Amino acid sequence: MTDILLSVRNLRVVFPHRHGDLVPIDDISFNVKKGEIIGFVGESGAGKSMTGAAIMGLIDDPGIIESGEIWLGDVRIDQLDAKRLIKIRGKRIGMIFQDPLTSLNPLKTIGDQLVETILAHLPVNADQAKRKALIGLEEVGIDSGRFNAFPHEFSGGMRQRVVIALALAAEPELIIADEPTTALDVSVQAQVLELLKKLCRERNASVMLITHDMGVIAETTDRVAVLYAGRLAEIGNTASLLSSPRHPYTRGLIASTPSVEHGDISTHLYQIEGSMPRLDALPTGCSFHPRCQDALPRCRLRQPEVINESVACFLYE
Amino acid sequence: MSEHEFIRIDRLSQRFDLSDPWIARLISRRPKQFLNAVDNVSFNIEKGKTYALVGESGSGKSTIALMAVGLLRPTGGSVLIDGHNLYDRTQSQLEHRRTRRRLQMVFQSPYASLNPRWRVGNILSEPLRVFSLTDSQSAERRRVHELLEQVGLSQSDAHRFPHEFSGGQRQRISIARALASRPEFIVCDEPTSALDVSVQAQVLNLLKRLQNDLGLTYLFITHDLAVVRVMAHRIGVLKSGRLIEEESTQSLIESPQSEYTKMLIRSAPRISRGTTGISFT
Repeated sequence: MTDILLSVRNLRVVFPHRHGDLVPIDDISFNVKKGEIIGFVGESGAGKSMTGAAIMGLIDDPGIIESGEIWLGDVRIDQLDAKRLIKIRGKRIGMIFQDPLTSLNPLKTIGDQLVETILAHLPVNADQAKRKALIGLEEVGIDSGRFNAFPHEFSGGMRQRVVIALALAAEPELIIADEPTTALDVSVQAQVLELLKKLCRERNASVMLITHDMGVIAETTDRVAVLYAGRLAEIGNTASLLSSPRHPYTRGLIASTPSVEHGDISTHLYQIEGSMPRLDALPTGCSFHPRCQDALPRCRLRQPEVINESVACFLYE
Repeated sequence: MSEHEFIRIDRLSQRFDLSDPWIARLISRRPKQFLNAVDNVSFNIEKGKTYALVGESGSGKSTIALMAVGLLRPTGGSVLIDGHNLYDRTQSQLEHRRTRRRLQMVFQSPYASLNPRWRVGNILSEPLRVFSLTDSQSAERRRVHELLEQVGLSQSDAHRFPHEFSGGQRQRISIARALASRPEFIVCDEPTSALDVSVQAQVLNLLKRLQNDLGLTYLFITHDLAVVRVMAHRIGVLKSGRLIEEESTQSLIESPQSEYTKMLIRSAPRISRGTTGISFT
């Protein structure tokens, strides 16, 4: 058996529209290995969250997975009916959302929510579930005395710890964390990411970390995928991708991120001109070419394919 | 008082009353409860310079921003703009109006701070009308076009609605609106935290260029120390409503004194850590 946990092949998500279909995800392929943390980075609307939603079977109407395959181990999960999906969603794949306040039930204590999740997914009785819930809370650094507290009694960082405990409760093999720390302060962000990393390492669970912050990617992930306008621009090992980015968009993204380590008031930040095109106004050819300084004539005509499973750019053909 | 000093925030305080209703207090015999959101904060900003306030959520950054532009009366202390006390009740309405024209604000979310039912031209000419700055419709139109070009948009954008623009372009509109009354002091409350990184760089560069061209003074509110490093001349670190450290940007970031500032700098995510494999904590 290979060490690949999740395999996404040529995924294409389409939202039918009377003025032409919108394609938020176009021909994206990647693998997630067992135990690895893979980052997905890109601007809003690049398709990061939509990729996560597609894997979870959570694409809103009228969107459909038009083509492509999603494999979790040896099960194909993109065509499962609701009944079978329930056995995977929450059980084999856990999810952490951006806003911990809206992803917790405000009317139930965090203890009840944990117990409910555990009972739904694991073959245990109520006593065992409660014991597991207490262990889960302890692992994320929440005192067991707060088992009966409500979500509003916690700070943002503590709530996100509860959400992590919930996502891990059913012992999933894959966690999809969609901007888990965007709503948090930097100091709390560092703690929450470190915790997520540690717990997933201990369980050998894989993580798909969706974020727009290159710094978070750098500090947390093993591999990273850069998305632009619904397509994969570049994918690779985090250390090498950050030290020698290849796609002009990745290069621009890294160069335009201010750093706390250097620069001063006279620094002129590198800027990528323009903004990401809307889905209903995608340019022909490579969708980055209007903003690209190195664009070749053919970039305007054809979509570049992902070469050697690493970069989708004609400069490297 | 130094001669270049333009803004003086003097022992500024804001206390919010969080007490229960008096009858509940009487029954439970609890005293009144207050929250000191801003506690005795003082600093100056020199003309043409940027002062950044950094701190985590709840530290009082935005409360100070509101008090600095005259939107929230402080419970203690004063805000002096070029010698005028913003909250002096003895000054006439007219004098207050004159001072207020010189102050503007750029808000965090360009999605919430522009009226979705107004065309951009209308949004930009409102400050002109409020302060009676143009005497004819054609002068008003000319000024709107000038403003749009100043922030890198085109004249034809005046006829469009905010929803037709991307986040970065909307923040440019907010900046143009702030510039309309020809202010000298602009408070920027997290102006780029709702924007994508590549667009953030555009907006930050624009703010710097405008400062150079127009000699603007900024109070820059943010939690992002990397942004502060390239934007601010001086930094004040806020924690629970108190100013705990204040220094020129370079020395604050390179040799922070307080443990809290050190922790903030340490926690800022950085790309270089990913390339060398060093982990935080």
